[in-house]
Amino acid sequence: MYTCADLKKGLKLMIDGEPHVLSQFEFTKPGKGQALYKCKLRNMITGSLFDRTYRSGESFEPAALEDREMQFLYRDESGYVFMDNKTYEQVTLSEETLGDDRLLLKDNMDVKILLFNGRGIGITLPNFVNLRVVQADPWVKGDTAAGNNKPARVETGYALAVPSFVETDDLIQIDTRTGQYVTRVKE
Amino acid sequence: MEPNWALARKRPALEARARIVQTIRAFFVGGDFLEVETPHRIPANAPEIHIDAVPSGGWSLHTSPELAMKRLLAAGYPRLFQLCRVWRQGERGRRHLPEFTLLEWYRSGCDYTALMTDCETLLANLVPAAALSVGDRRVDLTRPWERLTVADAFARHASLPLAEALAGERFDEILTTEIEPRLGWETPTFLTDYPAELAALARRKPGNPAVAERFELYIAGVELANAFSELTDAAEQRSRFARDEALRCAAGKPPCPTPEPFLRELAAMPPSAGIALGLDRLVMLLTGAATIDEVVAFAPEEL
Repeated sequence: MYTCADLKKGLKLMIDGEPHVLSQFEFTKPGKGQALYKCKLRNMITGSLFDRTYRSGESFEPAALEDREMQFLYRDESGYVFMDNKTYEQVTLSEETLGDDRLLLKDNMDVKILLFNGRGIGITLPNFVNLRVVQADPWVKGDTAAGNNKPARVETGYALAVPSFVETDDLIQIDTRTGQYVTRVKE
Repeated sequence: MEPNWALARKRPALEARARIVQTIRAFFVGGDFLEVETPHRIPANAPEIHIDAVPSGGWSLHTSPELAMKRLLAAGYPRLFQLCRVWRQGERGRRHLPEFTLLEWYRSGCDYTALMTDCETLLANLVPAAALSVGDRRVDLTRPWERLTVADAFARHASLPLAEALAGERFDEILTTEIEPRLGWETPTFLTDYPAELAALARRKPGNPAVAERFELYIAGVELANAFSELTDAAEQRSRFARDEALRCAAGKPPCPTPEPFLRELAAMPPSAGIALGLDRLVMLLTGAATIDEVVAFAPEEL
């Protein structure tokens, strides 16, 4: 069982017999008062969202899901198609199910697909992915301040802030859990 | 290896934080307050129902320096302040760190209204323009700021009356979800006069013993400080500690030893008032940061 201390964005819980993922999570607590855990939960089967506030002391059942290694094959009108390279079994996930993760998904990427009763209901990307910058403002010579940043776009269409020295065609590493730039990758 | 970019980009916030700390020190030193440092690792914190200390070698890390500060008051120091790290187990969120910085100050010979004036004056020193932009809104810092009792706040903002919220143990929930987000937007708000049972270390209000002389300061929906006219009745303090310790035990929390030296010396404490202000949140407000992580060099996840 999970307790309130385990709650964090992305945690998967079983509520009324169906798997739910914590899509937003906020810890609030009056200085001298009781802690409240404001949660937005998404039903992983129906996609419906609802809000619920928990108090410290409550406990939660972890969602019984199978996590299987699969490879992203392609996207077609039915959705995003993944294959288990051992059994050649294929599953298709909708754009809705993938959410923002689809913006970091590249052909042939190895990912984990979440299965509930054989159905694909979620994805876990590798913690770090390398993607090529396709659009970034040129580096202004002399801008050497280490903390400065500018907008950029990578090959999958994802937009993020990068340090000023990153240029078009650079390969960069992105942390998929935060969506943020980590470092440039040497080739 | 590239420099750590996430760390490098915090430079403007860390520079602002350092300036704010310098201004605060100058303000209190100028007001003839003595800056003190008290131990972070202590045998006993005040037993609070909803605050859990981090154990440390048989003792605990302090959750606030208040007991040590009051022992100094009782020994005759009239004006004191301290800027220190404190630890509260399990508190982590957009506005919470399990290790954060408190600014506490204490005055003898006055009640909590003197601390309201201190807050107004301190912010005037920190923000000479006397206005704070928060999103597309503007909080006017010109004195005096709004004073609103807890009872009036419930009547104005809450979906159920104060008495019902207390009876149904929903006080904190209603305060957090319905009231706090609406406080401190025109001017900062002092939320005053808490139900006496919610202020274990505060004096009851003369003429209205159902409420305690406690206030919390809110700016732009953010809880920034908590203050009391201090309880100086040692017997009453001991029985309140015993009540809260019993509630802690009933909730299955680890026992909290009774802070005997504090209780012994409390009898010598003159009428006083004290306040704890969250420095990290103050820096958030003054720099427009959306999360507390942005105003500290390292959040725990970055260690």
